[in-house]
Amino acid sequence: MDGIDIATLRELFILPFLTGLVLAVLLPLLGCYLRLRGEWLAALGFSHIAAAGSVLGLPLGLPTTLTATVATTLAALANALIARMGNSQFALMLVLGWAGALFLAANTNQGEVISEGLLRGQLYFSTAGHLVGALITLAGFLLSLHWLNRRLLIQRFFPDYYAANGRTNWHHELLFVVLLVPAVVLGTLAIGALPAFALFFVPAWVAFGLVRSWKHGLWLSAIIGASVYLLAFFIALLMNQPFGPLLALLLALTSVLRLVGPIKGQNSY
Amino acid sequence: MNSDTQALTLARFKSVCAGYRRPIVGPVSFEIMPGEILGLSGPNGAGKSTLLKALTGVARVFSGTIERRPDLSVAHHRQRPELPPELPLKGRELLALFKVDLSAMPLLLTPLLDKPLSEFSGGEFQFLQSCACLGSNSNLVILDEPTNNLDVQAIEALSGLMDCVGSDRSILLVSHEQSFLSRHCTRLVELA
Repeated sequence: MDGIDIATLRELFILPFLTGLVLAVLLPLLGCYLRLRGEWLAALGFSHIAAAGSVLGLPLGLPTTLTATVATTLAALANALIARMGNSQFALMLVLGWAGALFLAANTNQGEVISEGLLRGQLYFSTAGHLVGALITLAGFLLSLHWLNRRLLIQRFFPDYYAANGRTNWHHELLFVVLLVPAVVLGTLAIGALPAFALFFVPAWVAFGLVRSWKHGLWLSAIIGASVYLLAFFIALLMNQPFGPLLALLLALTSVLRLVGPIKGQNSY
Repeated sequence: MNSDTQALTLARFKSVCAGYRRPIVGPVSFEIMPGEILGLSGPNGAGKSTLLKALTGVARVFSGTIERRPDLSVAHHRQRPELPPELPLKGRELLALFKVDLSAMPLLLTPLLDKPLSEFSGGEFQFLQSCACLGSNSNLVILDEPTNNLDVQAIEALSGLMDCVGSDRSILLVSHEQSFLSRHCTRLVELA
């Protein structure tokens, strides 16, 4: 770091660092609920739609955050309308988003650079808007956690509870989407589609293999996400390595922790 | 039926034909009164579970009506409840969703309280779900084949819990075990 003073470092890296840190807590927590709902591929499908939507902003002359949010919201609405459990629709979104992003990129000025950044990660180009968006989404999630947690768990274990009692479930479904969409968009724009997916998927998967209670699962997911993020950020900075792939790699390595977890029955996957 | 009785009735099926893409059961008429354990019996495929799902809004009512008392609240134990793969949730966390009073639960449930669902057997999960429904504050508990996969002790514990249902609540029970129905039900509706 010769020749770079602390003030410069702070100016260059404090904003990306904080943005990534907030997302490293938020995304694993939402990942727990995606696993609860059996929708663990949703983050990857939505993140590729967000990437395609972001690149679409270039020829339209619109802010990429806006077009990414609109595209992801439309995908989330389509998913809610078909109301089908499972991951097939998210696999289709992944394919469409990936192809769309690369096609748009190939036919747009600056598109290739942008799309590569989105797919691989570009944390150091995070903006203050990304940080504010991430903080608002995290605050919204934490404030609604108690209310949302009970309803999502009841829906998983007693699927017709709401219909049987003449209650609609769209309140918590909508809230979950309202939290998920900005998390996916910000994760994709700030960290990259695949590293963001790794934050949604791996910490929850590892934590669920290690702990025995739901509350501990949430805590451990957030801790794994934040710890691995800190490690990846500083290794990438000090050793001049690409952040996104390094984060994904380190997260993947945490999967060995599952080997020391409690023995699971036939229900593991 | 006088107006007082009508006002008390938790739910009333009036010539209900229910099914999914097409009707598979009905027309069926019966009512569920507070304090009773009403059994639905009949051969496999008679549409017992479909009638329950018509009440919970999952199956479609093609003709007839289901009238519900305005304050009706329902807890539904499904036949073959799905045990989700690898969710770190303890038995007590699932019961807490319905604010179940653990002191009113059978002793047989105690070892399951701090066990994660991923280590439950199918029978244990079935038992836990039945207890969650019976321990909830719903005034109608629907139990669809609750004795499936249960051993003798669990069936006895479940029976004890069912017998404690107060005069303001009801159970709608489907079981293929005629002896279980005969032992618990205050009234039986036979589906052809």
